[in-house]
Amino acid sequence: MPKRLLVVGSGTAGLMVANLVARALEGKLQHHEVEITVLGERDDYIYQPGFLYVAFDLMDPRSLVRPVRDLLHPRVHFVHDRAQRVDAESRTVSTEGGVSLPYDYLVIATGSRIRPEEVPGLAEDAHWFYTLDGAVKLREALQDLRGGRIAVSVGIPHKCPVAPVEFTLMLDAWARTRGLRDALEITYTYPVARAHTIPAVAAFAEAEFERREIKVETFFNMESVDTGTHVLHSQEGTDVAYDLLVTVPPHRGDAFGGASGLAGAGDWYPTDRQFLRVQGHDNIFAVGDTTDLPVSKAGSVAHFESEVVADNLVGLLSEGRRPGHTYAGRAFCFIETGLEEATYISFDFQHPPVVPTPSRSIHFFKQTYNQIHWASLKAVI
Amino acid sequence: MATADRVIDARGSFCPGPLMEMIRAIKTAEVGQVVEVLTSDSGSRTDIPKWAEKAGQELVEVVNGDDGDAILVRKVK
Ligand SMILES: Cc1cc2nc3c(=O)[nH]c(=O)nc-3n(C[C@H](O)[C@H](O)[C@H](O)COP(=O)(O)OP(=O)(O)OC[C@H]3O[C@@H](n4cnc5c(N)ncnc54)[C@H](O)[C@@H]3O)c2cc1C
Repeated sequence: MPKRLLVVGSGTAGLMVANLVARALEGKLQHHEVEITVLGERDDYIYQPGFLYVAFDLMDPRSLVRPVRDLLHPRVHFVHDRAQRVDAESRTVSTEGGVSLPYDYLVIATGSRIRPEEVPGLAEDAHWFYTLDGAVKLREALQDLRGGRIAVSVGIPHKCPVAPVEFTLMLDAWARTRGLRDALEITYTYPVARAHTIPAVAAFAEAEFERREIKVETFFNMESVDTGTHVLHSQEGTDVAYDLLVTVPPHRGDAFGGASGLAGAGDWYPTDRQFLRVQGHDNIFAVGDTTDLPVSKAGSVAHFESEVVADNLVGLLSEGRRPGHTYAGRAFCFIETGLEEATYISFDFQHPPVVPTPSRSIHFFKQTYNQIHWASLKAVI
Repeated sequence: MATADRVIDARGSFCPGPLMEMIRAIKTAEVGQVVEVLTSDSGSRTDIPKWAEKAGQELVEVVNGDDGDAILVRKVK
């Protein structure tokens, strides 16, 4: 009987774990000692960081999408179906299509998704750049923009911690290049005391916002939207009136975790921060956005976590070795600060980030990463 | 020290940060329940009470400990 690894989710973390393990255990896959299956509800992979550029018409949406099969190691099986339930007792995952997939080790990499419907009125009246369709719609709205009040309102929790700051700074720069900036009033709202949860990013963003005459409302947790008068209300009792509302809606994990009794509040998986095992289950791992860890929900985190989980799975699958590799909370995010400059943050559980002075070369690195990403997913670099 | 209905250990976290854990927990808590956040982030000591005040929620207690603080907030509305 081969040892079976099942990965649920064919996004950043799912593909990386499957490909990393497959590359390390090619011989065992060939001799059917190990079998790897990825279960994904989509048969295409979408590069989400590209949405930011789509909104400003700087990237072609079609360049962000590739078939999952082309990104997976040839010896990894792909099942295109939606996971419905995990039965940890019988070690199986059942799918919407009625299939039952057995596993010895399970990796849950189902990511996070926006939930605009959690704020009444938001889905009806707001734009967002957190889905491909949303980014294309926002691109059209921005193309039509001639002036007025734009609110950029951020909900919690959300993936890519710096994307709202990037969008706002890019919006300012984009409006300037179009000669529109004087006709616009931009307001940025954020749930905590500062313009960002990470103090160094907050200090950087607040200084930039002030310099670029972008208004900031802090302690602003979206409660409801009045779609008739176009006013956004907060949990704290403040209001923002807008002509165009761009939101980063609050996120949740996929409902399949809750349905299986494995995920907790928000459908996030209670995950141990060292080995990334789902609490109470030695053979189930959670990777990427779907964990409840106090780390950013970012592709880089998914990447670093995938390396740890893959290394441990290689030991488990090949010789039953106890997990020894640990995750230290490592994260890295580029921050676009306009259309031609960028900065970045690099941090872990013990080391908070600093924000270097933005430069053209960092922007160039980010553009390069947008291409390298595909090789990184395949685990060839 | 008051007892909490829910305790969140956010020690060692910088991002999304203990305050966001508190806001998230308060949002899903029942009115009357107390949420306790354990934090080693020195900013929480001022941020969480400031948020509670702005949001009209009740700051129950801030307990300073050797390996961090415990901050308790009751959801009142
Ligand atoms: C606008 C934007 C900009 C971003 N910019 C950056 C950036 O600059 N840098 C960075 O590091 N990160 C960035 N990110 C975040 C990054 O894209 C995510 O953090 C990363 O994709 C997380 O990987 P994941 O595998 O956990 O989730 P995902 O990549 O989202 O994959 C989850 C997959 O699981 C599938 N799935 C879910 N439920 C089921 C189910 N029940 N059954 C089967 N399949 C299921 C989904 O369809 C999806 O394919 C950005 C995100 C957005 C939206």
